[in-house]
Amino acid sequence: MSEALIQTRDLVKQYQMGDTIVHALDGVSVNINAGEFVAVMGPSGSGKSTFMNLIGCLDAPTAGEYILAGENVAGMAGDALAAIRNKRIGFVFQQFNLLPRTSAQENVELPLLYAGTPKLERRARAAKRLAQVGLAQRTDHHPAQLSGGQQQRVAIARALVNDPVLILADEPTGALDSRTSLEVMALLQQLNREGITIVVVTHEHDVANFAKRIILFRDGKVVEDHPNAAVDAQALMQAAAVTNTSAEVSA
Amino acid sequence: MSPLAILRIALNALRVNKLRSTLTMLGIIIGVAAVIIMIAIGNGAQARVEEQIKSLGANLMIIIPGATLSGGARGAAGSQQTLTEDDAAAIAREVPEVQVAAPSQRSSGQVVAGNSNWSTTLQGVTNDYFEAREWPLVAGRLFEPPELQTAGKVAIIGHSTAKQLFGESYEPAALIGQTIRVRQVPAVIVGVLDKKGQSMIGQDQDDVLFLPLATLRNRISGQTQGKQRRVGLISVKTREGQSMSEAEDKIRALLRQRHRVQPGADDSFTVRNLTEILQAQEESSKIMTLLLAAVASVSLVVGGIGIMNIMLVSVTERTREIGLRMAVGARGRDILLQFLVEAVTLSLIGGLIGIVLGFGGSSAVGKFAGWRVEIEAASIVLAVGFSAAVGIFFGFYPARKAAGLRPIEALRYE
Repeated sequence: MSEALIQTRDLVKQYQMGDTIVHALDGVSVNINAGEFVAVMGPSGSGKSTFMNLIGCLDAPTAGEYILAGENVAGMAGDALAAIRNKRIGFVFQQFNLLPRTSAQENVELPLLYAGTPKLERRARAAKRLAQVGLAQRTDHHPAQLSGGQQQRVAIARALVNDPVLILADEPTGALDSRTSLEVMALLQQLNREGITIVVVTHEHDVANFAKRIILFRDGKVVEDHPNAAVDAQALMQAAAVTNTSAEVSA
Repeated sequence: MSPLAILRIALNALRVNKLRSTLTMLGIIIGVAAVIIMIAIGNGAQARVEEQIKSLGANLMIIIPGATLSGGARGAAGSQQTLTEDDAAAIAREVPEVQVAAPSQRSSGQVVAGNSNWSTTLQGVTNDYFEAREWPLVAGRLFEPPELQTAGKVAIIGHSTAKQLFGESYEPAALIGQTIRVRQVPAVIVGVLDKKGQSMIGQDQDDVLFLPLATLRNRISGQTQGKQRRVGLISVKTREGQSMSEAEDKIRALLRQRHRVQPGADDSFTVRNLTEILQAQEESSKIMTLLLAAVASVSLVVGGIGIMNIMLVSVTERTREIGLRMAVGARGRDILLQFLVEAVTLSLIGGLIGIVLGFGGSSAVGKFAGWRVEIEAASIVLAVGFSAAVGIFFGFYPARKAAGLRPIEALRYE
């Protein structure tokens, strides 16, 4: 399966905690193909966040291999990892992590700033992505002037702006009420339909049900890995309903 | 990332915390202003001394007759020989470091011109005196050799004396050829001197009338003629670049020999190295300047520590922001630069405000304390350079701390 977007082989991550060594990840081998929508689940301490950090190139594994889009990333140094994150990966966090007192437009431009994209192109691309998430009218708003759902959509626009091959969402609905959660998940689902690979870390089944495949972690190991039974009819229905509402909102 | 973009991020961050940024800058502002004011005061003092040296004439020492004190006891009466014109000539001839040795005799007397009169200092001199004191004429000429040899009835007049005799707005050229009476002796003005200003001890050096040495001695003071041709003072100017102390030693040896002073006995004369005294004064005012600047720099350093403190707080506060920036592709050096630029911007803006304040403070000191202050371009360059250096130095540690954060830890920081 050399064409897989993400290939991990025997990925190990250990932490030194005082005298004991914590095995956060204990030999994880997973392949994720381009275009998949994967939910990573598991109780806290199961290693799902560590797995996410590793495939997001935010952390280096203790042992094992990680090949992202044909590049072996496991041994890379800080600056090279920063470049990979910048070009290939878009992040969506639970707490949105938008820069305060900075407009939505500038927040979305941030990855382009570090990519060295010229100003005009930066503007245009960020504006396009904001329009894509239904916030064309809100480009000048600061995060404090936006609702939680809108903030998360700004964050998604930011994740998209560098045209990444992979979007990693870490509990993207953790700070949202259930209605806006569905909105956000529907948006991710929409993006997946347009061909972007999405990995969501979550402990909520409602959220995981939007994915096509579910990987379950426990004690640093993958214990289940299966396609999502139905891509849940109910979720799809909700998604459809929400897409309509958000279309109304953005109209 | 372009430098402009980094600068914009830095300015933005500073604008967000206006009060904090201002207070942090205050340290640098006070430091820079203090350095500039202190250097201005020090330079002012130095400039005053330099002016005195200039008015005295460079590389000048004077020789006066009389034994020096030794353990409180003076040499025996008669052991002392007064200085003569021949001594001056010998010094000029035999000490190679000496450019001129000008003998002079001093007296005082009433000078009358038309219906005004004035009591002034009378100086009997040769033309060498004007060279030694670097004292130029504004009109007329120096004494001619025959006038010097035959006690000619001619005079060169000082600025203040001319003012007293011929009115505030006298015309120098018009004075040439005028006859004045010096203690009943008529003399023709042949030269008018430039303004010299106050001496070291605040005397008006321009309140003077110069006559040929022989004229003063023979016609006015009425001293015994000829013989030893004693003089009251010899002004010695050494050549540029020659050691004054070496010249002083040679003059001393020469005069001891000429005056037949026994080995071990006190000198029969005193050599005063005026330039050296002033140079010592200049040196001490330089040290004073340095000292003042050093004390003021302490406040700059304290200001720098203030910057470091605030930058450390800022890094801690913005840990999540740093984590996010790293997650979206900022490299360590982007973060380092961001915080470094922020610190340097803080200190440079503070420095610029400090310069303005320093200018104002310096002129205020000059005005209200009546001190002479001189602002130097170099001190501004120094202040700006120093405040930038403070920003870099004290900003580097917090910036490196920020750049060294691990992205996941920074992202999860609470």
